[in-house]
Amino acid sequence: MAKVKPRVKVPKTASVNEVVTIKTLISHPMESGQRKDSKTGEAIPRKIINKFAASFNGEPVFMANMEPSVSANPYIEFQMRVPETGVVRFEWTDDDGSVYDLEKTITAA
Amino acid sequence: MTVTRREALGLAVGGVAALTTLRFAAPAFAAGNAIEDAIMEFTGGSTPGDGDITIVAPEIAENGNTVPIEVSAPGAASIMLLATGNPSPGVATFHFSALSGAQEAKTRIRLAKTQDIIAVAKMPDGSAITTKRSVKVTIGGCGG
Repeated sequence: MAKVKPRVKVPKTASVNEVVTIKTLISHPMESGQRKDSKTGEAIPRKIINKFAASFNGEPVFMANMEPSVSANPYIEFQMRVPETGVVRFEWTDDDGSVYDLEKTITAA
Repeated sequence: MTVTRREALGLAVGGVAALTTLRFAAPAFAAGNAIEDAIMEFTGGSTPGDGDITIVAPEIAENGNTVPIEVSAPGAASIMLLATGNPSPGVATFHFSALSGAQEAKTRIRLAKTQDIIAVAKMPDGSAITTKRSVKVTIGGCGG
């Protein structure tokens, strides 16, 4: 399996209570369960990232439940209000139970 | 090679038969009531009305494998996206919180064919609003 690599774009600094745009991308095939193996004709089992969550200093910010209709390498963009300096934590949950995570610090001035 | 009238007729009949088989072999796409059920489950039984909710999507998507889509509903608690023409209608549900700067999200989705996208937003007071947008798809994106 290709290595799953999460990437996020978060501003390093923001003014207090500024609303910032956060872009996230994770490399993942998002196998829908609808495709068939062209050689054997057997259905390829579903394997997708079904949940994405972002939190700031432990407080939930944004969450998404995803179904097989989300494209491969799921891209999510959302807005966040920055109340103070802190750490944004991103978590992606796979169908097989593994969790891919990443943390970024935003300095509020 | 010369094609006789008999052979030509045979080919034509064979072609029609093959087309018919293909049509019936196509996967059963989500029925209308599956979409209604999904909306009812999401809103908790209330029928969504009109309101301040928008979907931004291309009118024509050349590649159904990755269609950029943006949804916003100011003040919403969560937004559900449905693709009415996909094998399973659910696409994604976004949940917002007090730290969300705006109740909007962008993502990329798969569309199997030309179809309507439905967005339903659940408001904090329990009411729901909905909108839909049609997207034409040139090449479908659900593999096969």
